Amino acid sequence: MVTLDARIPEGPIEEKWEKARFDLRLVNPANKRRFTVIVVGTGLAGASAAATLAELGYNVKAFTFHDSPRRAHSIAAQGGINAAKNYQNDGDSPHRLFYDTIKGGDFRSREANVYRLAQISVNIIDQCVAQGVPFAREYSGLLENRSFGGVQVSRTFYARGQTGQQLLLGAYSALMRQVGLGAVQLHPRTEMLDLVVEDGRAVGIITRDLLTGAIEAHAGHAVILATGGYGNVYYLSTNAKKSNATAAWRAHKRGALFANPCYTQIHPTCIPAGDEFQSKLTLMSESLRNDGRIWVPKDQNDTRPPHQIPEQDRDYYLERRYPAFGNLVPRDVASRAAKREVDEGRGVGPKKNGVYLDFSDAIARLGRDVIEERYGNLFEMYERITGDDPYQMPMRIYPATHYTMGGLWVDYNLQSNIPGLFVGGEANFSDHGANRLGASALMQGLADGYFVLPYTVGDYLAGQLGKPLPSTSDAPFQDALKSVQDQTKQFLAIGGTRSPDDFHRELGKIVWDKIGMERNAAGLEQAITDIRSLRDDYYKDLRVLGNGDTLNDSLEKAFRVADFFELAELMARDALHREESCGGHFRAEHQTADGEAKRDDENFSYVGAWEWNGPDTPQTLHKEELTFENVHLATRSYA
Amino acid sequence: MKFTLKVWRQDGPEAKGRFETYEANNISDEMSFLEVLDVVNEDLIHAGQVPIHFDHDCREGICGSCGMMINGQAHGPQRGTATCQLHMRKFQDGATIVVEPWRAASFPIVRDLVVNRSAFDRIIEAGGFVSVNTGSAVEANTLPVPKQVADAAMDAAQCIGCGACVAACPNGAAQLFTSAKLQHLNLLPQGQAERWERTENMVETMEEYFGTCTNHGECETACPKNISIDFIAYMNRDYIKAKSLNRKLAGQGLE
Amino acid sequence: MAQATPRSTVEAAVRPIRKRPKPLPWPLSLYQTYVGKKWVMAITGVIGLLFVAGHMFGNIKMYMGEQEFLHYAEGLRTVAYPIVPEKFLLWVARLGLLGALVLHLHAAFSIWNHNRKVRPVGYQSRRDYIAADWASRTMLWTGPIILLFIAFHLADLTWGVEAVNPDFQSGEVYQNVVASFSRWPVATIYIVANVALGIHIYHGAWSLFQSLGVNNPQINQGRRIFAALFALAIVAGNVSFPLAVLLGIVE
Repeated sequence: MVTLDARIPEGPIEEKWEKARFDLRLVNPANKRRFTVIVVGTGLAGASAAATLAELGYNVKAFTFHDSPRRAHSIAAQGGINAAKNYQNDGDSPHRLFYDTIKGGDFRSREANVYRLAQISVNIIDQCVAQGVPFAREYSGLLENRSFGGVQVSRTFYARGQTGQQLLLGAYSALMRQVGLGAVQLHPRTEMLDLVVEDGRAVGIITRDLLTGAIEAHAGHAVILATGGYGNVYYLSTNAKKSNATAAWRAHKRGALFANPCYTQIHPTCIPAGDEFQSKLTLMSESLRNDGRIWVPKDQNDTRPPHQIPEQDRDYYLERRYPAFGNLVPRDVASRAAKREVDEGRGVGPKKNGVYLDFSDAIARLGRDVIEERYGNLFEMYERITGDDPYQMPMRIYPATHYTMGGLWVDYNLQSNIPGLFVGGEANFSDHGANRLGASALMQGLADGYFVLPYTVGDYLAGQLGKPLPSTSDAPFQDALKSVQDQTKQFLAIGGTRSPDDFHRELGKIVWDKIGMERNAAGLEQAITDIRSLRDDYYKDLRVLGNGDTLNDSLEKAFRVADFFELAELMARDALHREESCGGHFRAEHQTADGEAKRDDENFSYVGAWEWNGPDTPQTLHKEELTFENVHLATRSYA
Repeated sequence: MKFTLKVWRQDGPEAKGRFETYEANNISDEMSFLEVLDVVNEDLIHAGQVPIHFDHDCREGICGSCGMMINGQAHGPQRGTATCQLHMRKFQDGATIVVEPWRAASFPIVRDLVVNRSAFDRIIEAGGFVSVNTGSAVEANTLPVPKQVADAAMDAAQCIGCGACVAACPNGAAQLFTSAKLQHLNLLPQGQAERWERTENMVETMEEYFGTCTNHGECETACPKNISIDFIAYMNRDYIKAKSLNRKLAGQGLE
Repeated sequence: MAQATPRSTVEAAVRPIRKRPKPLPWPLSLYQTYVGKKWVMAITGVIGLLFVAGHMFGNIKMYMGEQEFLHYAEGLRTVAYPIVPEKFLLWVARLGLLGALVLHLHAAFSIWNHNRKVRPVGYQSRRDYIAADWASRTMLWTGPIILLFIAFHLADLTWGVEAVNPDFQSGEVYQNVVASFSRWPVATIYIVANVALGIHIYHGAWSLFQSLGVNNPQINQGRRIFAALFALAIVAGNVSFPLAVLLGIVE
């Protein structure tokens, strides 16, 4: 029987983390080296956790399917990282960051976690600066900030348009230092394909060496998953091509609860799809909305090029509808507004599938140099992809899947319901509620990895003192090993006609159409049926060529796509059960007269965590009630 | 558009490789080079042939996974662009495009166009960090960094570790990569404490795996992030200093 | 906890091509790495450039007539005389140049030897170079040409080896030059070799700034210009001598 205990410390919210840190048990330095911790994923959360645990003295085994930890998809984050430093003296504080995050998440996140995140945010900046992250500076040499969607203060630290890259390289350098010191054993090009649970505890993982195909078991006293989100279930998303949910999903199938899968974030500023072979969508940092103005022609039949459309024929619809926040409304609001314009036929571009993001005012006001300094690399990237010069022509943008707020359920200590299994970063569900604010993902990944997991994992390990490392010859390891080997054989033996990508593309279309920006009951039910029938086809008609003992791209994809099918179904189920609209989850049945999301706090103010019951039985829902003691539950308004 | 692709196929590290010719039809000029390979791969799978393996991931020019020689140039004809961001509008319709993996002793071929670039990780491991344990950092704004310095460090820090510099270099040298990673930290005040140690360790590890620079400048033109060979000069200077100066006086800036 | 190396299959697939050397005492430690060797090449290159420039400017005295030229040659032998013995500084300079040459050659050879190991399997399709110019890629050809030329030039006008310069008379520097350059095959050798020298300098005189780490945005533009002008001046000056003899301007 699963019980959900969030283990939130007692006391006023400001003191909870302080109290928790005192209550968490410690492992003395001599004992730390007796413990082995497995870290899967080497993005911001994984690399920072692995490095920090190794610094503390634990033995760490780090796994990544990339050829180097530096390539994790955290690297692609552009805009920045939030921290409540209040360097700009504009009234920021941890409490305000906490409030903005709770509100931005549409009151569906856990207060205590979010408050801790806001408190830790200031330490992250200190740590990153000390590592040599070249954040943007004022001429005084002090750190510069910019504002970001959904907030009214400037608290975002950035390194040109490559903040994620610089933060990841910082965490990666810390990790590589520990690799060099022998404290971390690094396994690149090694993909986790199963979790091993023994006596109810997570004790290891099963991996595939992508170069040799060797399926191997690794034992640890604790397992940390920092394997990112599941946005690629949509096929077209801003996620990297290889980002996948397999590690988290396999953990789910071994008993970990999966929370809020229907909370997916659609990012408002991406480059619209150009053609049907498009392999992914490219994000243009949200920071562009600081200086760019979003508009569409008022007349849907207007075919004039943008600069010939006079002011009175343009509709700056965000500024019109949300005068206080204007172009800086949160992502979900901006995305749905763009969808509405395009659905009503006012889209721009050859496929009429975008809206304009116009910099001509900003260039006139600040000069081209300032704009180039702020966004030069983004403009270049845009020009490379579309062939248009954004200094001359407004950009065309459209929403695309970007981030998934849902993930494995964790308690305050970031431990899942399986003892010994910890989950950090995008892979857990914890901090963003139903919608994430811009520049908060980097903050959360690093908070988890640098400042939360090292304490909480230690607390768990303190209870494991004296227990030897489980042997990989134990039955649970051997069973898990065999099931992965069998699945490999199964994929290679189907011998059908369609590639994994082909199935993935079709799955993605179903998910985007029915579980995308706007959902309704009929569509979701249809989606479940469609996904199931496509999944049946998958196991009959999949074609994976080559063999299992070399680098085999198709085989890797086969595993990932198989898990996306099951995950997509759960997303639909979760979306169907949540009869309200909140944040990234918008049910057409639940909206206000003017098309805004209508929450139902009475009935749905909880975390929906799902328990796996086998492939053909729907998951069981467990609820963790959310209580709000420090913020007033309000209808989110950005007008 | 349509293209003829001559692609290097090699079944494994030890296998003998060869060029295979494939036709890519119905290509739109909006497509990226990797999307063309996707299309070719779909056709190959359909025809029952093993698809072309190539490294790729983010497809927005930042992860550094992708990279191949396209018509004899690292990442193809467009300057400052990774392969994933190279779009077909840069090619003549009907052209024949030759695709080959990076070649260097320390970038052994894994399969087809995939090479092993882990030697780069060895260079970073040798010193590409500031040794600051989590928690021991000081308040961020106690350490002002002149804007010009921060900008220069950022110019270097942009490196995505794709390996194009090594691939393009007639000598197979990794000077541009190493100097970018090194100077990112050496330029900043945070990096001063370990500056000379770092310089020595990274340069000497680099020389375990790669050739040496003779100032052709080819790396700079291949670099998808337009990293300047100025950093190589700074690295050279730092290396000679690291070898020669009295480090006991380094704290006073008197070295 | 020490780890077994290599630590993963990915790492195992990449073997170092060279062992990191045990450090020797300074300044030998500088010469143990290729970055250090390039620095030595640059320093010895600077010595070479100074010599080549001095040599060329000195030889311009040829145009001022035999007396002036002999006087210049004599002057070289008696620099700082009588504080030091006659020819003393000349020999210091000669040994210094010889040392620089030997180091330059050894460094070049050693770099070449290292670099040929780093790409055992070359590109199978045609490379398309962008920045690497003809000069930078022919350093290993222009270098040996210059080396052979130095040997020839010494045999011709310093040692007066019978087979090379049958009309050589010790001390008669002006007449030796004229006699030598009057023969067109010899003049051709001089011209070709000096063009090679110019090409070598065109890359080397730029490259040395990078190797020495002399890089400042305020002067970087000037480095290429300096190298080009330097090369041009040397070629123009040195090629003018055989031409002047052949054309009868100097006789």
